Amino acid sequence: MSVRCAQALNAALHEVFEDHPEVYLLGEDVLDPYGGAFKVTQGLSTRWPDRVLTTPVSEASMFGVAAGLALRGYRPILEIMFGDFVTLGFDQIVNGLSKFREMFDDAITVPLVVRTPMGGRRGYGPTHSQSLEKLLLGVPGIVIVTPSECHDLGALLIQAVEDDAPVFFIENKALYGRLNRRPVNGHVDEFRCIESAARYPGLTFSGNGFSRAEATLVTYGGMLPITLEAAAELILEHELFTEVVALGQLLPLDLEPVLESVARTGSLVTIEEGTLTAGVGAEIAARVQAEAWDDLREPVRRVASRDGIVPAARGLEDDALPGVEDVVAAVVGLTRVGG
Amino acid sequence: MGELEQAPASATVERLYSVMALIRRFEETLLELFAAGKLAGTTHTCIGQEADAAGVISCLDAERDVVVSNHRCHGHYLAFTGDVDGLLREVMGKVGGVCGGKGGSQHLHAGNFYSNGVLGSTVPLAAGMALAERERGGGAVTTVFVGDGTLGQGVVYESLNIASLWRLPLLVVVEHNGYAQSTPSRLQLAGDVEARAAAFGIETDRLDSTDVMEIRDAAARAVAHVRATGTPFFLVIDTYRFSPHSKGDDFRDPEEIAARQARDPLAVAAPRLGEDTHREIEEACARRVAQAVEQALAAPSVTSELSRR
Repeated sequence: MSVRCAQALNAALHEVFEDHPEVYLLGEDVLDPYGGAFKVTQGLSTRWPDRVLTTPVSEASMFGVAAGLALRGYRPILEIMFGDFVTLGFDQIVNGLSKFREMFDDAITVPLVVRTPMGGRRGYGPTHSQSLEKLLLGVPGIVIVTPSECHDLGALLIQAVEDDAPVFFIENKALYGRLNRRPVNGHVDEFRCIESAARYPGLTFSGNGFSRAEATLVTYGGMLPITLEAAAELILEHELFTEVVALGQLLPLDLEPVLESVARTGSLVTIEEGTLTAGVGAEIAARVQAEAWDDLREPVRRVASRDGIVPAARGLEDDALPGVEDVVAAVVGLTRVGG
Repeated sequence: MGELEQAPASATVERLYSVMALIRRFEETLLELFAAGKLAGTTHTCIGQEADAAGVISCLDAERDVVVSNHRCHGHYLAFTGDVDGLLREVMGKVGGVCGGKGGSQHLHAGNFYSNGVLGSTVPLAAGMALAERERGGGAVTTVFVGDGTLGQGVVYESLNIASLWRLPLLVVVEHNGYAQSTPSRLQLAGDVEARAAAFGIETDRLDSTDVMEIRDAAARAVAHVRATGTPFFLVIDTYRFSPHSKGDDFRDPEEIAARQARDPLAVAAPRLGEDTHREIEEACARRVAQAVEQALAAPSVTSELSRR
């Protein structure tokens, strides 16, 4: 029954192509038998040869082409092979597709989805391993969806295609080969898991209910399994109980599950794979401190990559990206827990 | 070719002259309003280039075809929509502006018309629209207006490649006015402009003209090509802008400007109309714009509260 994340995404693409004749897919190397660099588009071009367009290596233009399709009644899905290449589209993103709806006085919508993998841990090196969500976080008018392996990946992708706003659907590369671990009877492994009410829900993982959680760990995407592993280790090695929130959407930021959890735990650690400065954690910290100051016992802490490159060599990459031990250390380092 | 082709030549000249005169009066009025301190923000007028908008857009069907324009978009907008009040109020930030005052001079949308202010970005956008129209199968032509300055942007060439490769019904019109803002072409353009598109296997044409009838004929051939073959066309019109790039930022040699004014598109077309006819048209345009200004000045300014209603 369980499927890998790449398969879940592929099945959802087949479903939206069946249900929505206005859905087109554009991307590099997306045709069968290649089926995309990460094989997520496999089978689509065989079934719908006219609606799957393999493109030249022209990302800067493809964001505009997709926006043009969207403005004229279609629902394009643009696959950008590596999230690092989204930078080539920034004029279209910042000065075009994100602005059109508001600057044209709500007369139009721009229903497009940009699917792109971010993240490292594959040894691809500095320009094929980054997590650049934070660059998109500062762009009003777009939606950033950040599914994890415990989200209903297929449902989220279908929702994104049916969204009238431009959606950036960030698929952390680590997801593709992993199982899509949906909660069973409200549980993932030993954690209780509840969904927030957002369109792209956040997931809150908590312990057995007998011990009070002393910290909230907020994360998203590929950092979820690492954070859950850290949470398990914190229980076993340090007798520290935590709650973990995996955000399904970074923009608009779904703060509710974070605030609810912080009200219970009194402290917050943000965890992301991207670099530290001006990161997702900084935005979350600023908002939580403004809205839940009275709930917080101490300053919000951030776990992120150091401000530098993602090196290619495995040993160097492991050191550059945050891992289980970084999360554990951050929680243990909170001054007012476990005392 | 458009329905106008059937009309007597004199009626066509009269109609095109009306469009040009309306654009001219509108743009002059904007500069006057700026000088009088009644306009804020910025504007890019197309005085001297009116024949491009009037000639090319007369070959299009506003119900079906799509136009994508740039920062210098008022002429294209007026020729395509005739919406003097909506544009003036948009530029003035008054209630009733076509985009509710959100877009201003450079960012317009009404019906099948779109403009945006970053040069070059509009070409892939138009290519995507042409793809949409091709898939819809209605035979629409998408026309994107760019200037010679925009030929410095890389996405233009990515888009030409795509338009040719995917056989997109896209007409690219280059209004080559010899300047990118203040920089003359000799300092920013190498090689042969037409050859740039031809290298992608795209049909091209180039004419050095401010004669609206000549431009209309060339555009009619270009539009007919796109409609008949579903493939792109690249039309270069050598022209000249009499007005500054924006408002007061003109450092060109006044003699150069004066020499080009001999080829003023209105002066070129006027002799084809009777003396009375072109005066009547100009007066009617002046009245039309004056009335729009009077009403716009009296209209409330857009505010966030009004905008939310």
